Amino acid sequence: MSTRSTAPGYALAFFPTLALGILFLVPFGIMATISVAHRISGGFYEPGFTLASYWRFVSPFFGNILFNSLLLSALAAVLAVAIAFPFTYLLTRQPRRLQVPILVGLLAVLSLSEVIVGFSWSTLLSRSAGISNLFVAIGLMEKAQSWTPGLYAVIAGLTYVSLPYATMVLYPALSRLDPELPEAARTLGASPLRAFFEVIVPVCRKAIVACLIMAFVYSLGSYLLPSLLGRPQHWTITVHITDQAIYQSNLPFASAMAVFLLITALALVGFTQRFLGERA
Amino acid sequence: MTALARLYLFVVLGILSAPIVVVAGVSLNERKSLYFPPRGISLAWFEQLFTDPSWRGALINSLTIAVCAAVVAVLVALPLAYAIWRYKLRFGALLYTIGLAPFILPPVVSAIGFLSFWATVGLYGQMIAVILSHGIFLTTLPLVTITLGLRSIDPTVIEAAETMGADERAVARTVVLPLIAPYMLSGLAFAFVLSLNEYIIAFMIAGFTVETLPVKIFNSLRYGYTPTMGAAAVVFVLLAIAVFGLIGRFGDLPKLLGAWERKPD
Repeated sequence: MSTRSTAPGYALAFFPTLALGILFLVPFGIMATISVAHRISGGFYEPGFTLASYWRFVSPFFGNILFNSLLLSALAAVLAVAIAFPFTYLLTRQPRRLQVPILVGLLAVLSLSEVIVGFSWSTLLSRSAGISNLFVAIGLMEKAQSWTPGLYAVIAGLTYVSLPYATMVLYPALSRLDPELPEAARTLGASPLRAFFEVIVPVCRKAIVACLIMAFVYSLGSYLLPSLLGRPQHWTITVHITDQAIYQSNLPFASAMAVFLLITALALVGFTQRFLGERA
Repeated sequence: MTALARLYLFVVLGILSAPIVVVAGVSLNERKSLYFPPRGISLAWFEQLFTDPSWRGALINSLTIAVCAAVVAVLVALPLAYAIWRYKLRFGALLYTIGLAPFILPPVVSAIGFLSFWATVGLYGQMIAVILSHGIFLTTLPLVTITLGLRSIDPTVIEAAETMGADERAVARTVVLPLIAPYMLSGLAFAFVLSLNEYIIAFMIAGFTVETLPVKIFNSLRYGYTPTMGAAAVVFVLLAIAVFGLIGRFGDLPKLLGAWERKPD
């Protein structure tokens, strides 16, 4: 097998590489070019070189956006991983016939359009159809009320979309975990809860950190929930990119922010793969 | 499995399904209002989804784009995965990473990239631009599933075919392709469902000319919430469950998602 020529391999890989190059790498090149183009008021831009769009990064406007984005995404990532880790661990300990339907459900939620998630959550938190009605019914609250738009609604929404994602990221590592590990801890007299926190969690710390970073990047990428569930002051950088590109017709500034987001995401994901990669 | 552990599993599953349950309930309202539990049961909103020209148009757009994009994704992923696996290309790892990248990066970055690309090329607002963009964006999924399928082929099977005199083409067509067919199909299905649900790229490239269902829902949100949106959401959830359920029923879902192969219990 080793003597075979690799020439047909390159011929075969040529078309997909070309497609990815033209439709994936070239767009980023154009995006980078636009980010340094001169903006003409009225929604257009002309080729040129100016760092005007990047200079806006040092404004308090952008500082607020950045701070808000990082904080919200970090919070959602921590919450999602904190819920997802025990959940995924318990899931992988289930018999296969139980795992499969749960995985189907998780994938269905994960693939759900953000438009639908946003619509669902704003309904869930609304006054007419929301869970506050449930609390009224069981006597916890006096009157149904609306919990959206608001900061907590955004956090809930971001955590919700990151949760199945974090589960899928943790699933390979946890399902490959040696089942004898918790058993050994139990045999040595540890309670199940203690075995979980003192054996399983430390063994998986690399996977947990990797998952935290991936979930952070993922919730940073949420483009609709902050605008559907929050007020303008809760908008993240991703929402502002869309806003600048489509509604403010400022493609250079949108591109500059996209370049910034791209570099941030690449650095974080690259770091995760390089230093925390679980798989070979 | 302690009672506490089971309770935890159920609570998390409950949280995950809560918004969908509420939306499903809302979609059954008799009047054009969002109440949960629904006031009066009616399937009129589901009917509207399939009969109202604008909703049906959006549904047809979504399905057309999703089918074509899934095929494009597989057409890009299959030769790439095969070449990397069969010929152990020197830049194989790099090519594979480039194939993974669209899906790992924040989608809005890809969306801005596609927007500037199609605006430059002059296809901005066209359905073909959405199809090709989705195809590239989602090629990661068939790339991962097909690679997984190729890696699980027993090398001795290939050697046997070669010893019997099968040339490269015959090996690919009669041995490899049938063995990886289920993985190809899974990749196709994943790409299909995700294209169906994709919003930001479709919106940026053709949001004002080719309305897909998610774009239509978003555009209608501005004029107030209607039970039809709930109906659309329910249809999408059911479609996703049907597709992933089929993979789970006939394929090895845990393995596709990265678990080691285990004997069925």
